[in-house]
Amino acid sequence: MSKFNKKKSGDLPPVSTASLPDIVFMLLFFFMVATVMRDDEMLVENQLPAANQVEKLEDKNKLVNIYIGKPGVNYQKTFGTSDVVQLGDKISRVDDVYNYVNTKRSAMPENLQDQMMVSLKVDRNAKVGVLTDVKQELRKAQALKITYTSNQGDPMNNIKRR
Amino acid sequence: MARRAAPEVNAGSMADIAFLLLIFFLVTTTIEVDSGIVSKLPPEVDEKTPPPPVKKKNIFQVLVNKDNQLLVEEELMELKDLTDAAVAFIDNGGGEGKSGCAYCEGERSPDSSDNPKKAIVSLVNDRQATYNYYITVTNELVRAYTILRNRAATQRYGETYESMYARYKDTQEADKETPEYLELEKRLDVIRELYPRNLSEAEPQVAG
Repeated sequence: MSKFNKKKSGDLPPVSTASLPDIVFMLLFFFMVATVMRDDEMLVENQLPAANQVEKLEDKNKLVNIYIGKPGVNYQKTFGTSDVVQLGDKISRVDDVYNYVNTKRSAMPENLQDQMMVSLKVDRNAKVGVLTDVKQELRKAQALKITYTSNQGDPMNNIKRR
Repeated sequence: MARRAAPEVNAGSMADIAFLLLIFFLVTTTIEVDSGIVSKLPPEVDEKTPPPPVKKKNIFQVLVNKDNQLLVEEELMELKDLTDAAVAFIDNGGGEGKSGCAYCEGERSPDSSDNPKKAIVSLVNDRQATYNYYITVTNELVRAYTILRNRAATQRYGETYESMYARYKDTQEADKETPEYLELEKRLDVIRELYPRNLSEAEPQVAG
């Protein structure tokens, strides 16, 4: 009789989790490949606005980043709450833009120097004043190709969101 | 002589380890923004050379004040109307004879721009205006040029300027010598010549 009893266990067999590691590894590899580590630590608030007339930017090695925005929460004690410029990984004065851009340019390979593009990453709540000053500095430094880096999206959302 | 099989390694925690790594990468991932509105600054002028004379009717003046209000040609305007106004101005083609504009479809009003090559859009902003608003205004003005370029390109080549430009940008390095690519480049130049983007961001000055 016991011969027949064996087959009668009505429990569902447990779902095999043997392939779970494989799935997770697949995801892992995807993220490892897609991840770009940030080069500069952000010291200022930097929420980019949206625009729809955007172009894809040049290669990374032709870009020079300039960040503008309010200092981050941890830095407001030192730098106040009005808009500041971040060059590389430190907050700088507007006058330093000239030297910074020139240094960056001379560090580039010679054939790329005249293709250099300055990517202005300006916080969406910043005031235009600092940006205007930075642009004047860039003109002095002969860095005339600039781009207002922004996310792809409907620009009208910028103004609605207060 | 009991040759035992090597004991199997327990792989049950493999998933946990992988999850840990996965979460680390999820957290550190920042998708880099790699798009933006491309613009070109004017070279620095020395103060002795006076700016070239431009007729007042060829300037489309856009002022942004500190309360994020828009003054276009000395009239208050809503942001949503800006692109249409800019298109009407650039495409006016009011010039006569040599400075006329055969391909323009505007009203040909003598009080507005002569032709798109002479038409200048001047954007002056108050220092206290927010970047949000500034970039939106810039975007709308650039859009006016894109609309006109698209129209001209569709009439001439049966394809919008934007899609031609996207194809141009997507070309691989190896294909850059092909006649199609050079043709495309030539066509883009023709369209740009018809509607050059004369968007002046002006010397900083106090806007009222």
